[in-house]
Amino acid sequence: MTFLLGITPSPILSALLWIVLVVTALYFARPTAHQFILAIGVASQRMFRTGSQSVANAERGLAARNREVLLAAGREAKERIVEREFDRINETVRKDLGNFSVLHRNLSESINRIENDHSAAVDVPPDPPGWVAAVQAVAAMDSKDSRVGVGNVLADIHKSLVKAHKEAMVAYHEASGKRHTLLRKMRPDWREIQQTLGKVGKNVDSLLGRSVTIDRHMAEYEDIVKGEDRAVSILSSSSLVFFFVSALVMVVAIGGATINFSLIARPMAEMVGGTSMVGNFQTADIAALVIILVEISMGLFLMESLRITRLFPVIGALPDKMRVRMIWITFTILFLLASVEAGLAYMREVLLHDELATSALLRGDIGAVSTSEYMWITTAAQMGMGFILPFALTFVAIPLETFVHSLRTVVGLIAIGILRFVSLVFRLTGSGLRNFSVLLTHLYDLPLFIPLWWAARDRNDASSDLTEVRS
Amino acid sequence: MKSLTLAFFSLILTSCAPPQSSSAGVYMLVDTSGTYREEIQKAQQIIRYTLSRLDAADTFAVARVDTGSFSEKDIVAKMTFEDRPSTVNRQKRLFAEQVEAFVNEAQSSAYTDITGGLLQAVEYLNEKEPGVKTVLIFSDLKEDLQDGYIRDIEFDLEGFDVIALNVTKLRSDNVDPREYLTRLAEWQTKVEKSGGRWRVINDLDGLEGLL
Repeated sequence: MTFLLGITPSPILSALLWIVLVVTALYFARPTAHQFILAIGVASQRMFRTGSQSVANAERGLAARNREVLLAAGREAKERIVEREFDRINETVRKDLGNFSVLHRNLSESINRIENDHSAAVDVPPDPPGWVAAVQAVAAMDSKDSRVGVGNVLADIHKSLVKAHKEAMVAYHEASGKRHTLLRKMRPDWREIQQTLGKVGKNVDSLLGRSVTIDRHMAEYEDIVKGEDRAVSILSSSSLVFFFVSALVMVVAIGGATINFSLIARPMAEMVGGTSMVGNFQTADIAALVIILVEISMGLFLMESLRITRLFPVIGALPDKMRVRMIWITFTILFLLASVEAGLAYMREVLLHDELATSALLRGDIGAVSTSEYMWITTAAQMGMGFILPFALTFVAIPLETFVHSLRTVVGLIAIGILRFVSLVFRLTGSGLRNFSVLLTHLYDLPLFIPLWWAARDRNDASSDLTEVRS
Repeated sequence: MKSLTLAFFSLILTSCAPPQSSSAGVYMLVDTSGTYREEIQKAQQIIRYTLSRLDAADTFAVARVDTGSFSEKDIVAKMTFEDRPSTVNRQKRLFAEQVEAFVNEAQSSAYTDITGGLLQAVEYLNEKEPGVKTVLIFSDLKEDLQDGYIRDIEFDLEGFDVIALNVTKLRSDNVDPREYLTRLAEWQTKVEKSGGRWRVINDLDGLEGLL
């Protein structure tokens, strides 16, 4: 600094001289400097724009991939739903409509019986003989007509006919009674027909309902197959919902697993020792954790074998015989582990009592440990939890499958968001650098305001002279 | 790739390395000389408290301080606790019973050989190699050696915590408290010079910081 201000005897003069020199140098270098600064700005902008475009391309590629994955998952899920609906229809048809021939035969038999009974009921007793009117006429003849004795005969005939009439009426009443009995017998057949028809109607309604559901699912399936935006949007939002719900259930399951762990970690020390360590962790804790993880694995395999989940296609593709074997094997292992846990839970209670008794003894308070008659409830509850929790953890497989499937979509969406943000940042940075380079050129001109003003004045003068000459 | 393999094998070796012992070793010297014999009930309380604080793989020994304490015969009860929690509880109960018998039958000794007891404690704990070594001295710290006993010996108390408990004041201390303070200072110097850490706890209600 001293050297710079020492080129003339007066420092102010030196400073002024330097300023003049620098401004002059800057002025002459101005076009090149401007070009250089703007070139850097433009180059940076192009670089960031290229980066932004490539990130945007990656984002589009990822979005397309995500869309494909989403559609594939949606298609698979819909296929499963439709398949299940068809299974249900098949089951209904097999169970209820499969014996339609029997149903038809029953209906025909019932109708035949009703027809027969009806025919039988239609039969009426024979009419009284036609000659009754003649006999009545004979009986009405007067005895004065010299037909002595005829009247008596006719009276007898009349009497016997009245008797016959009475008998005919009795027979008629009997026949009517029979008809009523037959009609009464027809009532259960009517009811049976009504019930059968009602059942058939219900089944048909159920089938119609299912067909409506299938139609709806098929329409959605078609949308998915066509890859329509609406379908993608629905699948995407469903996937997010599934993700959060399954995550929530997983958190609950982790809570259950933690309780399970605390139930068996302490008594595990009896089996593997309380002081041995693996790394920084107690072997007993690791053993308890391993048992729980094995239980969860067995639960997963059980669910896979039952074809409730489809995380391992190999298991799902096994022959049925092998799959059933696998179900039994995994269930047996799970049962044994649950029994072990129940035993350990019991052991925990025993150890706790032992420890309390020892502590009381060491405190000199022997009477402090009283064995309550209700203590068995705690023990039983712990054993029950030890036995039930492994089976409850089995069902973790279902939310886990949903979580894994939806995680793919959610991670894809997050990645798309990040890429979009990066692309935007690149674009803004490029644009900002371009504007900054322009700003730098203006800043460059700031100390050169005097020569620039001078040059502008000269230019104006020259241009006005030229205008005058032209005019 | 090479560095990754190296890191992996380093991790394996670290995890397989035998962990440093975190077990505790406690040796308690109980003074039975003269009138201090009357304080033995308090010693029993401390022993029970110590037992309640110890866990699997820890070592605990109780020894009396009498005329010649540098002897295994003076060890009243000793135990290294097993690995299993149920066995540990059984051992603790057995230990408490042994101490109970000692408290009931302990005789007052004519002389007080604290240094000999301390030597025995150091030897015992060094042999057991626990992670933390603690010597509890339940005494008034007034050493009274029989003629002919030589206790002017160098200690190696590196890594040892020596805690004096219930250091009661003698009648002469009341007359001249400097005696008491000098006694404490001498023991502190002796322990710290040998590389150990020295503490005094006279308030037996505040045993929380003992171990």
